[in-house]
Amino acid sequence: MTLPMDDSRPIFLQIAERIENDILEGGLPEESQVPSTNQFAAFYQINPATVMKGVNLLVDQGILYKKRGIGMFVATGVRERIAEKRREQFYDQYVVSMMKEAEKLGITAEQLTEMIRRGAKEQ
Amino acid sequence: MSGIVEVKGLSKHYGKVKAVDNVSFKLEEGKIYGLLGRNGAGKTTIMHMLTAQLFKTAGELKVFGEEPYENDRVLSRICFIKESQKYPQTFRIADVLNVSPQFFPNWDAEFARELAKDFQLPLKRKIMKLSRGMLSAVGIIVGLASRAPLTIFDEPYLGLDAVARKLFYDRLLNDYAEYPRTIVLSTHLIDEVSQLLEHVILIDGGRLILDEDAEALRGRASNVVGAASKVEFFLAGKQVIHREPFGGMASATIMGALTARDREQAAELGLEIAPVSLQQMIVHLTGGNRSGKEAAK
Repeated sequence: MTLPMDDSRPIFLQIAERIENDILEGGLPEESQVPSTNQFAAFYQINPATVMKGVNLLVDQGILYKKRGIGMFVATGVRERIAEKRREQFYDQYVVSMMKEAEKLGITAEQLTEMIRRGAKEQ
Repeated sequence: MSGIVEVKGLSKHYGKVKAVDNVSFKLEEGKIYGLLGRNGAGKTTIMHMLTAQLFKTAGELKVFGEEPYENDRVLSRICFIKESQKYPQTFRIADVLNVSPQFFPNWDAEFARELAKDFQLPLKRKIMKLSRGMLSAVGIIVGLASRAPLTIFDEPYLGLDAVARKLFYDRLLNDYAEYPRTIVLSTHLIDEVSQLLEHVILIDGGRLILDEDAEALRGRASNVVGAASKVEFFLAGKQVIHREPFGGMASATIMGALTARDREQAAELGLEIAPVSLQQMIVHLTGGNRSGKEAAK
């Protein structure tokens, strides 16, 4: 089933991230309708006002748009925009923390590069 | 102003015991509130005053803009589900559902029947013969089907198993989405309900210690771990709500957002920083309150 929300971070941010993930992974194609606030609230068992805050965040960023009386839709061209944003975050989120851990363990940059090559081959 | 409840300097004293001491807060229309705190913190006393079942010692108390005492305009709009609701000796579950419309103008009989089926309640069984869990389910049904503009649940799920509790959260959210109203969930089981709440009111030792948007609280507290002397150095000037030494190391929980400079400093000192869940924060704010404060001196 669904992964529970992390109670140590604002949940509206996590809602926004999950919608972005669904767009990235193709579960929510561009121009498709996003589930309603109440559907989200029921599905994740969270307060509807919290969901609304997350959805509005994406509306403000132009990722979702509102069709009056119908609901929320994924805007065109946003999949690439989200991917671009995530690529920028990739370095801070993954590379920096990986380097820190590698340093603790005495893994050199060369060894790390070698590991990445091996990982890429096995994937 | 959409204030459903306004409380200023509310107190209830029993002789020298201050069960509730100078508490002020507001409840707005259409929000789900968590009235949280440990057992004996004063939550129930506050709810009894809001619902006119107990006189206040001091302070101002307005519900729907009026004093609640013997005020039918106010009381007809409140549904208060007590932890141990008393019913007439001879009552069956069906009787409780049948008399409820007299007390709650918005009562939805069909919804009540659906809920009774969901919770698998034997309608013909006498209330006296119900298990603790079934009794809780009856309260939940009355609370939800009343659709009262102010609905208060005091520890609503004693004796309910995980499946039934999930059912309660499900039905509550669904019905609230369709019929928004002000709901107060009073509980010491914070982890399960925290995501349902829009706003948190935290009571400890009769006093109000938090009155904030739930989302604003998430990520407000951080845990710092590292060499004890370095942790101590880092804590200077910060609000520490919990501390735990182990060996030469120390772990401490601080309230308040960390600045970029704080984070840099922590990194230089070799400290690990991790966010703290809402539940952990509340546990530290109430459980470790005294020791935390003393340790901070």
